[in-house]
Amino acid sequence: MRSPTIYRVALTTPDDFDGWRAAARRLAMQGVDTANIVWQVGDAGGDLFGDAPLPPDRPSSGFSVARAFVDLAQSAILHSDPERFALLYALLRRLRDRPGLMEDKADPLLRRVDMLAKAVRRDIHKMRAFVRFRALEDDAGPRFIAWFEPDHHIVRANAGFFLRRFASMRWSILTPEVSIHWDGDVLAEGPGASRGDAPADDPVEEMWKGYYAAIFNPARLKTGAMLSEMPKKYWRNLPEAALIPALVAGAQAREAAMIATAPLPEKAPPKRQGNSATVWAAIRNEAMTCTRCPLHRDATQTVFGEGPLDAPLLFIGEQPGDQEDLAGRPFVGPAGQLFDQALADAGVDRSRAYVTNAVKHFKFERRGKRRLHQSPDAGEIEACRWWLSQEIDLVRPRVIVALGASAARAMLGNAVTISRTRGQAIALAGGAEGWVTVHPSYLLRLPDKDRRAEEQARFVEDLRAIGTRLKALA
Amino acid sequence: MAQLSTRSKLEILADAAKYDASCASSGTTKRDSRGGKGIGSTEGMGICHAYAPDGRCISLLKILLTNSCIFDCHYCINRRSSDVRRARFTAQEVVDLTLSFYRRNYIEGLFLSSGIIRSSDYTMEQMVEVARSLREDHHFRGYIHLKTIPDADPALIHQAGLHADRLSINVELPTESGLKRLAPEKDGVRIEGAMSRLRSDMEDGQDARRKYKSAPRFAPAGQSTQMIVGADAADDRAIIARASSLYDRHKLRRVYYSAFSPIPSPSAVLPLKRPPLLREHRLYQSDWMIRFYGYDASEIAAATDAATGCLPLDIDPKLAWALNHRATFPVDVNRAPREALLRVPGLGVKAVDRILMSRRHRRLRLDDVARLTTSIKKLRPFLIASDWRPLALIDSADLRARVAPPARQLDLFA
Repeated sequence: MRSPTIYRVALTTPDDFDGWRAAARRLAMQGVDTANIVWQVGDAGGDLFGDAPLPPDRPSSGFSVARAFVDLAQSAILHSDPERFALLYALLRRLRDRPGLMEDKADPLLRRVDMLAKAVRRDIHKMRAFVRFRALEDDAGPRFIAWFEPDHHIVRANAGFFLRRFASMRWSILTPEVSIHWDGDVLAEGPGASRGDAPADDPVEEMWKGYYAAIFNPARLKTGAMLSEMPKKYWRNLPEAALIPALVAGAQAREAAMIATAPLPEKAPPKRQGNSATVWAAIRNEAMTCTRCPLHRDATQTVFGEGPLDAPLLFIGEQPGDQEDLAGRPFVGPAGQLFDQALADAGVDRSRAYVTNAVKHFKFERRGKRRLHQSPDAGEIEACRWWLSQEIDLVRPRVIVALGASAARAMLGNAVTISRTRGQAIALAGGAEGWVTVHPSYLLRLPDKDRRAEEQARFVEDLRAIGTRLKALA
Repeated sequence: MAQLSTRSKLEILADAAKYDASCASSGTTKRDSRGGKGIGSTEGMGICHAYAPDGRCISLLKILLTNSCIFDCHYCINRRSSDVRRARFTAQEVVDLTLSFYRRNYIEGLFLSSGIIRSSDYTMEQMVEVARSLREDHHFRGYIHLKTIPDADPALIHQAGLHADRLSINVELPTESGLKRLAPEKDGVRIEGAMSRLRSDMEDGQDARRKYKSAPRFAPAGQSTQMIVGADAADDRAIIARASSLYDRHKLRRVYYSAFSPIPSPSAVLPLKRPPLLREHRLYQSDWMIRFYGYDASEIAAATDAATGCLPLDIDPKLAWALNHRATFPVDVNRAPREALLRVPGLGVKAVDRILMSRRHRRLRLDDVARLTTSIKKLRPFLIASDWRPLALIDSADLRARVAPPARQLDLFA
């Protein structure tokens, strides 16, 4: 059997829709199979298969396709997927047999091409959004130049937008593949460029960054929503994106500070006025650079306690976990969430409690990409009691609750067994009443579901009893 | 007071403006600056030029002309008794800033609001001057949104509408009692009066345009408003009812919900806790259900919890409605009308349109439906396809547990 004729189509540019259309029309009229066409951009490659010349065009023979297909193909052809030309050709051939195909959105091939076009539309939209011009002055006035890296071959197709919007400006958009220039009169095309060809700075960017930081509301941190619309791949060409890590890190601390400095309801005037907030901030600040034990070396940051400084109830946990270490706030990880839930179940008002840890740095063992929690030793707990006792002195709670053995050791100064001390009040030196219960992470580590539910219920009961006791003391 | 730099003023006046949720730049007339005069374009769909870490879009330069204010609304960071730093822009400064940001493609246009200084009329005049200068001196064709002061002279507000794409007046709080308590100097009747005047101005404008092509446009992107959620005791049912009556009465394009967030140096009568973001999100979903999915407000109310009057937070309101109305399901994807398909949890407007188009050409199987939607998992109990019937799923008592998103898995290695 004779091997089939292979046709090679050389398109001039990656977004050469007209070239694709002319070739596809001739091949489809001839009924050439998708598998027998090699689509390429430029002349590279040579004569590997002994290619045949394209069949002749017969303009009079009435070759028409649905408008919807042309629109779709014009978008999809801009995609960077090398298969796009063949997919579109395959769709074109199917369409000749089934004119209604364009409406059958559940067709797998049409769906795939639809998804290509969708990705292109998104890229076009993101280019309109994220191009950032920098101004240069020359003899004729300002010129605006941008560097942008699109995912797909969209630059030519997108030029019209910038032309309509910035018709009275002189501007250039430089991309790795192609550059476009508008001089106020004519749109010109140039070769690809590199980042260094665009100006490195523009003084107005400082104003813009100031605006970006100020319009952000730290009380509503939602980085997931930001990332889905402004993925990290765009960040390097957005001047304002350099601010994001610092804004995120500062946000939770700022919100916590706002809540901590809140005035109390008018009906119940604060118990103590004084300067406790200033003192607390000073102690916390000092603790940030603590080197009293070796744990500061590997941890990200000191995680200090937080909560109202006149809280009647103070909880001591063990030490910050992985998430607390990153966030810089206690009780925000899984154990913290379990803790919040247990407090809610026990009817204890979390907002009126101060929460802190026996040890203020995260101790861990690195296992691959994970950082596995390790319990602090007696020396580390002892070193960190310095900070804990200052927190307790400042807050002067009625009741202190130690969560777990490390916390109990920090509260009492010596090791105790949880099962024996649990559920009873212990008079503490400072006048507060101490209670001991388990640490919420203990519940998380119980493998048996029933056992865990049982222990969790017991934990809630402990907290409930403490809440009742607190009311009795008040 | 020492002279502030433009940069410092910008930071103060943007910080003061960030509690306004709206940043939309869509829905106005199509125009561009080809022909050599002026700058800017609008093409229907707005563009978000950046996103802040709070997940909100930055489309417009959103600033206050000044954050000084003679009012003392408790929820507002700019109230008279707040100790924030004060600043004031001149009209010229705002115009220059808008243009220099716009030329660098940072923004779609300007959203200008203001604290009230001297009088409502004086403040409104200043804001109108910014818009006028942008449009007439600089032929700016980008988007302009002006916050309107309800007590200002209607003639000034009319001027504002001739320059701006959108006007808005905030109702601020969902209930009259909340407004009395938290914004004692504002008056709900006057606010709604101003909104209905805007509506009739817009309708007059459209009428005139139908008769004379040269008639000036009046606020072609319509009017919107904002309600603060979580600062007073109003439940979701009350908020939805209020929003729906505002849509009906004043032909609003949008009602924005703004979860009350703790502000620096807050007033003591306000709750101080994390802003109820999830609740805000559920309200937006219910708003979408009314605007695009054919539900009416009373149907949404049926999805709220009988005791609290609030929408469930763990599942979306559309799913909540479906779980309360199981008799309407399952729905046959191959036969059901558009309205019925729109009520299937997990089917969006676009997916429904694709289903309707596609089923003219094939009997849809579950695989086909999967290709037309983002996720089939949530849909299965509610749908009949040519090879799929959900058996007794719809009657099962644990359906909610099956379709609700799982509670967040706790990490063992925290």
